[in-house]
Amino acid sequence: MKSVLAVLTVLAAIVAIWYAACVPMNIKGVLTDLERAGAQVVPEGAVARRDRGAFGLVAKNSFAISATWAQERPRLPAPHQVAVELWQTTVMKKITSKRSLVFHAWVTLSATLMGFAIGTGLGILLAVGIVHSRVMDMSVMPWAIVSQTIPIIALAPMIIVVLYSIGVQGILPKAIISAYLSFFPVVVGMVKGLRSPDAMQIDLLKTYNASPAQGFWKLRLPSSMPYLFASLKIGIASSLVGAIVAELPTGAVAGLGARLLAGSYYGQTIQIWSALFAAAILASVLVGLLGVIQRITLKRMGMA
Amino acid sequence: MIEVILALILWAFGWWVNVRLAEGPMARTRAVRLAVPVIFGITVLLVWELLVRGLNVPMVILPAPSLIVTRFVTSLPVLWVDFRQTILKGALSGYVIGCGAALLVAVLVDRSDFLRRGLLPVGNLVAALPIIGTAPILVMWFGFDWQSKAAVVVVSVFFPMLVNTVAGLAQTSAMQRDLMRTYAAGYWQSFFKLRLPAAMPFIFNGLKISSTLALIGAIVAEFFGSPTMGMGFRISTSVGQLALDMVWAEIVVAALAGTAFYGILAAMERAVTFWHPSQRG
Repeated sequence: MKSVLAVLTVLAAIVAIWYAACVPMNIKGVLTDLERAGAQVVPEGAVARRDRGAFGLVAKNSFAISATWAQERPRLPAPHQVAVELWQTTVMKKITSKRSLVFHAWVTLSATLMGFAIGTGLGILLAVGIVHSRVMDMSVMPWAIVSQTIPIIALAPMIIVVLYSIGVQGILPKAIISAYLSFFPVVVGMVKGLRSPDAMQIDLLKTYNASPAQGFWKLRLPSSMPYLFASLKIGIASSLVGAIVAELPTGAVAGLGARLLAGSYYGQTIQIWSALFAAAILASVLVGLLGVIQRITLKRMGMA
Repeated sequence: MIEVILALILWAFGWWVNVRLAEGPMARTRAVRLAVPVIFGITVLLVWELLVRGLNVPMVILPAPSLIVTRFVTSLPVLWVDFRQTILKGALSGYVIGCGAALLVAVLVDRSDFLRRGLLPVGNLVAALPIIGTAPILVMWFGFDWQSKAAVVVVSVFFPMLVNTVAGLAQTSAMQRDLMRTYAAGYWQSFFKLRLPAAMPFIFNGLKISSTLALIGAIVAEFFGSPTMGMGFRISTSVGQLALDMVWAEIVVAALAGTAFYGILAAMERAVTFWHPSQRG
């Protein structure tokens, strides 16, 4: 209960800071608009205001403060503007409409999930191979670890264009980028997990005369589950980032990344912020969902 | 065709050497541990080269490693300019500001239990979000030059670093803190002599995670607008011109920068947390 109160306080503080920040961020644009509409603004003329500090302008034109939270194309939209935009583009629009965020989120989400499934599946397979073969362990594992330190997302634009030139387009290129971003965390985490049973437990199975396959199914796989879920959470978050970034270089027309890009081309800041929040909500729902699955699985296995 | 067969033979030979090395009596030695992945990497590169030549794969799909190396060597000045713009100016300054700010905030948050309870769940949530989406907003605010890239990096490293540092500062046991109290140590004395050193493994973990995030942030932010230099700019324009050898050369730079960054952090970690069990093995 105390924690809930603390979290709410922090969130309230963030919203308050956000509202406060809107005032100096938007004041110049607001004053220009107000002057054009015939209001008395100090000092007069946009040129005279250009080099003035934002806080000084706020102090002299305090009547304009409320207008900074209601601009059409603000530099920083107020929280309620973003919330209204989110509400209008999700609940109020038909989901088949090109202007519905649900539609765009679904485009990104389908690529994310497909890539995540491919990446996780291959990652688990490679991890099983690594644990059972010394050669693969020694050859591949160092490279898998090194790959975690390099920004492999830089490959994304190239993969899209190369796949396009050999005739693959649509959801698959995005899914491939999502897949390789989730692949390496899963490999590293899963190898750690499959190795987590200690020598005592492995010896016990040996005294039971268990075959390697039995050892895998009855000991290694179950005890890798906590590690697997930890890396799945990292994997799905980076899958989503991959799908969003994959939409940037091609000038895709649908998807959250396309919304971000279109918003930044046309100066539609409210659209950018609502796409950003949609991506954030999507990410936290996905991670949260995995958390729930993790809790249920571990509980049924008697590990939590 | 001969190249393809040669590639297959080479692959089999490389694998055979590695099997012999990994299962031989020397497998535990340091030299073999280093040699096996190196042989694997070289084999992959050679097979790649032979296959690209043998199957006449066009350059716009996959350039041969030799072409990439040639391009890398001949365009060193361009690569250096991009490296300076993206890594040194964008990523590194943002990394220092972001991690420094997160450290300071973590020390402040740590003094208040209420703040810690409130900020940690929020920080954990934000650390999992696609922060890269803030790039168009920050490019709009701070302009096309490296300042906006540094801002993206600050935002993306701040929360992972904060969460890790706060978790690290909570690592000391009640016994250790009591011992400091019996020594009549003040808050800052026990902070610098006990809690900060105990937090170091966590802080370095945060620094390592952030190092990759910093490079990703600086490169991807350039896709949203940049001056006519920088690694992200070069990658997106070279892809447009189908100059894939240039793209690969930039990726080589990114890989080298990423591993060097990480390596320096790991070396620092070994020097600072020499007492930790994970470093003593």
